[in-house]
Amino acid sequence: MPQKVAIIGTGQTKHAAKRTDVNIRELVNEAVTRALIDAEVQLDEIDAIMIGNMEPFEGFMFPEHWAVEGWGGYLKPSVKFNTGGTVGTTTIAASYYYIAAGIYDTVLAIGFEKQSDGHTQTAITTVGDPVWERTMMAGAVGNFALMASTFIAEGGVTDEHAAKVAVKARHNGARNVNAHLQMPDLKVEDVMKSELLSWPVRKLDMCPQSDGAVAVVLTADHLAKKRCARPAWIRAVTTAHEQQYMGDSPKRLAVMRSQTAASRRLYKMVGITNPRKELDVAEIYEVASWAELAMYQNLGFCEPGEAGKLIDEGVTLMGGELPVNPSGGVLCTNPIGATAMIRVAEAALQVMGKAGEHQVPNVKTALATGYGGNAWTDAMILSASF
Amino acid sequence: MAKTDEVIRVPFLMKMEYRYALGAYASRFFQELKDHGRLFGIRCPECERVYIPPRPVCGICFVETGEWVPVSDEGVLVGATVVRLPFIDPMTGERRPVPYGMGIIRLDGASTAMYHFVDETDDAKLKVGRRVKARIRANRKGNMRDIECFELVD
Repeated sequence: MPQKVAIIGTGQTKHAAKRTDVNIRELVNEAVTRALIDAEVQLDEIDAIMIGNMEPFEGFMFPEHWAVEGWGGYLKPSVKFNTGGTVGTTTIAASYYYIAAGIYDTVLAIGFEKQSDGHTQTAITTVGDPVWERTMMAGAVGNFALMASTFIAEGGVTDEHAAKVAVKARHNGARNVNAHLQMPDLKVEDVMKSELLSWPVRKLDMCPQSDGAVAVVLTADHLAKKRCARPAWIRAVTTAHEQQYMGDSPKRLAVMRSQTAASRRLYKMVGITNPRKELDVAEIYEVASWAELAMYQNLGFCEPGEAGKLIDEGVTLMGGELPVNPSGGVLCTNPIGATAMIRVAEAALQVMGKAGEHQVPNVKTALATGYGGNAWTDAMILSASF
Repeated sequence: MAKTDEVIRVPFLMKMEYRYALGAYASRFFQELKDHGRLFGIRCPECERVYIPPRPVCGICFVETGEWVPVSDEGVLVGATVVRLPFIDPMTGERRPVPYGMGIIRLDGASTAMYHFVDETDDAKLKVGRRVKARIRANRKGNMRDIECFELVD
């Protein structure tokens, strides 16, 4: 039988456009220290460290090397992951598998990115296939705009729906002390009048580039119950990959085959038949306002074509039936190698009742997702009981 | 020790040249494009999807592909945008002039789509569903830029 796995502590840095007050090691140490304090765990109780990062962004080959200095990795087993935007959730998934398999009992998972040290938009072109795709790469925004255009062609979503999502995110983020963008007074018309970067994507529809790190302490059930009054149990984890080339996937955003497949598989694993009713909160990897709308239908929160209605009716707002991204999400904070793990950490905070100003009342079941690379997906369910 | 608020940043410029092998399938595709200006896909014998780029295995059926089939130089836009955000062109290292049109194009006879430039910068004209035709260069080198761009045809 697999060991049950729970999250018993999390730590995040103050995320910002430029954390020039710290180097990468110091930035990560900030998150690690906070996670260990939050979990009330000593370093010698950590069996192994899992590290997630996107090396091309900082131009450093061995980030795991730095784990020794200030991250507590000296002589400990340590593994590095790099799966693109999903790296943070992949790192959690790997930690989960190690513990579930009984190989380790307690694992420290780390995700970080210091985008201000490198050049994200240029590094991101290396995502494309060098022979077939790279000459035509248009950066994250152009690529995303193309995906959004396929979604809009399906009908049912407007600029105003997207702007409402962008406003929701920034209002939620203003209640999260760690969030990078703080825009409590943002209005729908501000988003719709912001600079057009690449139709239909306007500046305020996009996520920022952030410096930030996150750390999560996971442990097996026999320790979790002793160490934590209300741990966040990881009930199920799954991942799904797409075909190789960007043009392979029809309706790349409106359906996103990997997200549809991964979420349905995940719901089946835990017996969820109506995610909108049975989930209490979701922390999803929405790179842009338009993506969040598409993900509502991909994740089964609504029928295809009804995403606009969902935001119009306030279902995903704080206080709605299924709040999405109470943390402010990726639209407020995006240190890429940490971003997906922040979704898990925030979902855990909600289950543990420790989300402070952005706490959704009485969360029992939470969904966290990662999105990255060629439209692939990680997804997991956290819950207050197992 | 004196405390300073000054941020010292260490610049690092790296110029690295990569040489990617095309492989057997891309070699044949680009040879055909270079010599005759024609486009080919490859068909999965099971699901009958015609793939561009051509590849040895259908990822969905996990069977060997095999039959090369000609595809049209015309197709339809399934995605479209005018890029206005300045951006470093990965091929030149220079800032690519904006605005420029881009599309996700499904060629007639192909099941998959490709990303390419479209010679149109009017948001009102560059729309999903519009028909496009490849503008193939006279002087070809055997790479994706042998297709200079696509142009709207209707």
